Amino acid sequence: MSFLPYAVAAWLMVVGLYGIVTSRNLVHLIVCLTVVQSSTYVLLLAIGYRSGGTAPIFADIPTSRRVVDPIVATLTLTDVVVEATVAALLLVLAVQAHRRFGTLDPNEMGALRG
Amino acid sequence: MDVAPYAVVVPLIAAGLMTGFATRLNRAIAEVVALGAAVFVVVVCAILLARVASGTQVYWFGGWEPRAGLAIGVSFTVDAFGAGLATLCAVLMVAALVLMSRYRDTDAPHFQTLMLLFLAGMVGFCLSGDLFNMFVFFELMSVAAFALAGYKIDEDEAVEGSLNFAVTNTIGSFLILTGIALVYGRTGALNLAQIAGALSHGPHDGLVIVAFCLLAAGFFVKAAVVPFHFWLADAYAVAPTPVCLLFAGAMSELGIYAVGRIWFGGFADALAAHADGLRAVLIGAGCLTALLGAVMCALQDHVKRLLAFATIAYVGVFLIGLGLLTSDGIAGAAIYIVADGLGKAALFAAAGIVQHRRRSVSLRRLRTFGPGLPYTAIVWVIGALSFAALPPFGTFFAKSLLEDGLSKEGYGWAIAVLIVTSALTTGATLRAGGAIFLGWGRGGPPPASEEESAPEEEGPPARVPAVMLIPAGLLALGALAVGLVPALVEAFEGAAAQFVDGASHAAVVLRGADAPPIEPASPYSAPLSAYLYSAVTLVGSLAVAAIGLFGAEVRGPAVARLRSGMRAAVQPLRVVHSGHVGDYVAWLVAGVALLGASFAIALQ
Repeated sequence: MSFLPYAVAAWLMVVGLYGIVTSRNLVHLIVCLTVVQSSTYVLLLAIGYRSGGTAPIFADIPTSRRVVDPIVATLTLTDVVVEATVAALLLVLAVQAHRRFGTLDPNEMGALRG
Repeated sequence: MDVAPYAVVVPLIAAGLMTGFATRLNRAIAEVVALGAAVFVVVVCAILLARVASGTQVYWFGGWEPRAGLAIGVSFTVDAFGAGLATLCAVLMVAALVLMSRYRDTDAPHFQTLMLLFLAGMVGFCLSGDLFNMFVFFELMSVAAFALAGYKIDEDEAVEGSLNFAVTNTIGSFLILTGIALVYGRTGALNLAQIAGALSHGPHDGLVIVAFCLLAAGFFVKAAVVPFHFWLADAYAVAPTPVCLLFAGAMSELGIYAVGRIWFGGFADALAAHADGLRAVLIGAGCLTALLGAVMCALQDHVKRLLAFATIAYVGVFLIGLGLLTSDGIAGAAIYIVADGLGKAALFAAAGIVQHRRRSVSLRRLRTFGPGLPYTAIVWVIGALSFAALPPFGTFFAKSLLEDGLSKEGYGWAIAVLIVTSALTTGATLRAGGAIFLGWGRGGPPPASEEESAPEEEGPPARVPAVMLIPAGLLALGALAVGLVPALVEAFEGAAAQFVDGASHAAVVLRGADAPPIEPASPYSAPLSAYLYSAVTLVGSLAVAAIGLFGAEVRGPAVARLRSGMRAAVQPLRVVHSGHVGDYVAWLVAGVALLGASFAIALQ
C-alpha cells in the first residue's frame, strides 16, 4: 500500500487552507475551498483502494474477484453533491458581495467589526 | 409503529412540494404548510421522547437489520437526549415560524422551504446513529443555515456574515469528513456502535486520536468553541431574528451533543485510559470559551451581537459539563441546554419585538426612546435572570449539578468561571434591558452602520402584536418552568447514565438486546453552596449592569486610569474579531493545531 495518496491528501488540505487564509479574491477563495474538499476525495478513495481490485459491480464478474470498497465511493459521491451545493451558494454570495462592495477582495469589505 | 423517520421525511416532502409549486403559492398557504409540518415534527418528537423512557429505540432504514453483530444498513438510534434535543429544535422552529408571520417576507415560500430543510437537518442529526448520516444531516442543516443567515441579501453585513459563516463551517465539515474517513479506514464501520466494538479490539494509537481530534474540531466549529467561534457573532448579528432563535437555542448545542455522542457511543471504551487527559482539555477549552464569550458580551452595543456572544459563553459552559465526562456533568449540561436554550430564544424573540417597534438594535440609539414596552421588558428580564441561574430556573439545577461535578473531579476552580460567566452575561443583558426599556444610561451618537440594520418587519409599529409577544412570553415561561417540573433532575440523571453507557448502547443496536429503561436517579436536592453561589452571581450581575449603565457618571483620576486600562485590555479582543474570513480560517487552523497538540500531550 502506497503512502503517496495520503501525502497528496494532506498536501491538498494544507495548500487549500493556505490559499483561503491568504486569498485576495472571493472566487479564488471558493476554488481553494474546493481544493480542500478534493483532499477528502483523495483520502476516501485511497482508503477504499485495493491493489488489483476492480469496480464492485458483480453483474459480469465472479464474486470471488477482488474489488475496491464501494462504500467510500458512495461517500465520495455524496460529498460531491453536498459540496456542489455549498459552492453554488458561496458563489451567489460572492456575486452579491461584488454588487454590494464593488470588490471581491475580503480585505476591502469589513461591515462587521469587534 | 416506527415513527422516527417521519420526523425527517415530512418536513423534507413539505419543503420539496413548496419548491415545486413555488409560483402558485401565496404567503399564507406557505406559512400554514410550514407551521403544520413543524407542529407535526413536534408531535413525532414528543412521541419518541415518551417512548425512549422505556429504552433506546433503533430504526433500520429499509429493514436492513444487523447480521451477526455487523451493521449493514443505516440506523436511527433514538436515545433520550437525541429525542429531547430534536423536540427542542422543533418547538423553537414553531415559535420562529409564528414570529416570522409578522416579518416582511416578499419571498414566500422560499423562506419557509429553507426553514423546513433546516429543521429536517437538525432533527435527522439528533436521531442518526451512523457517523456518515450524521455528516449528511449536518451538511443539510448547515447549507440551509448559510442561506438563512444571508437571507437579507441586500445588506452588506448579511452578505459578509453569511460568507464567513459558510466558509468556516464548510472547512469544519471537511475536518469531520476527514475524521470519518480515518475512522472508517481503521474500523471498516460507520455505525457508532460497531465503531465502538472495532476500536476496542484494535490498537489505540495515534490514528484513533487524530480521528477523534478532527471530528471534535469539526463539531467545535459548529458549536463555536474558542478559537473556532469567530463566525458566530457575525452570522447571528445578520440573520433574521426568528432564525436566531434556532441558531442560538439549538444549532450551537448540536455541536456539543455530537462530540458527546461520538465520544460515549464510539471512542470512550477504546480511549478510556485517556479520559483524564481529555477531561483537562475539554474543561480548559470550555472555560476559555465561557470567559471570552462573557467578556465580549459585556462589551457589545448591538443587541443581537450581545446575545450572540452570550451564546458563545454558554457553549463554553456546556462544554465544561460535557468535559466532566461523568453522567452528572452530562445531566447538568443537558438541563442547561434546555433551560438556557429556551431563555436565549425568549431573549431573541424580545429583541425581535424591540427591533419591530424601534427599528434599531443599537443600545445607544434604543436608549433615546425612553421607557416603554413593559411586557417585552418582563420577557427580557426573565431571560436575563435565567442566565443568572437563580432558583427556581432550570439553569439553577443545571449549574448546581455542574458545580458538584467540578468539585468532585478536582476542578473546583472552574466554579469561579461559571459564576463570572453568569454574572457578566446577566449583567450585560440587564444593562441592555435598562437601556432599552427604561432609557437608563448615557446616550451617545448612534453608530454609523445604523441605517443598514434597518427594519426587517412589516407594518407600522403601532403596538406589539400578540403573535410576537405570546411566543416570546411562552418561551420565557418555559425557561422558568423547566426548573419547576418535579423529578426533573432525577430523570435527566437517569438519561445521562444511559447516554454514557456505550456497552449497552452497542448491545441494543447491534445485537437487538432489550433496551434497558431509564431508571430515575436517587432524589436530588441542591446543596447549600449552590444557593450561595447564585446569590454571589446575582450580586455580581447587578454590579456589572450598574457599572455598564452608570459607570460613565463616576469621575475622578483613579476611575479614568482604571477605565483606560480596561479599554486597553479589551482592545486586542475587539481587534481579533475582525470580520475577515481569512483571519477566521487562520484562527481555525491554529485551533485545530492547538487541539491536536493538547490531545497529543494529554492523551499520550
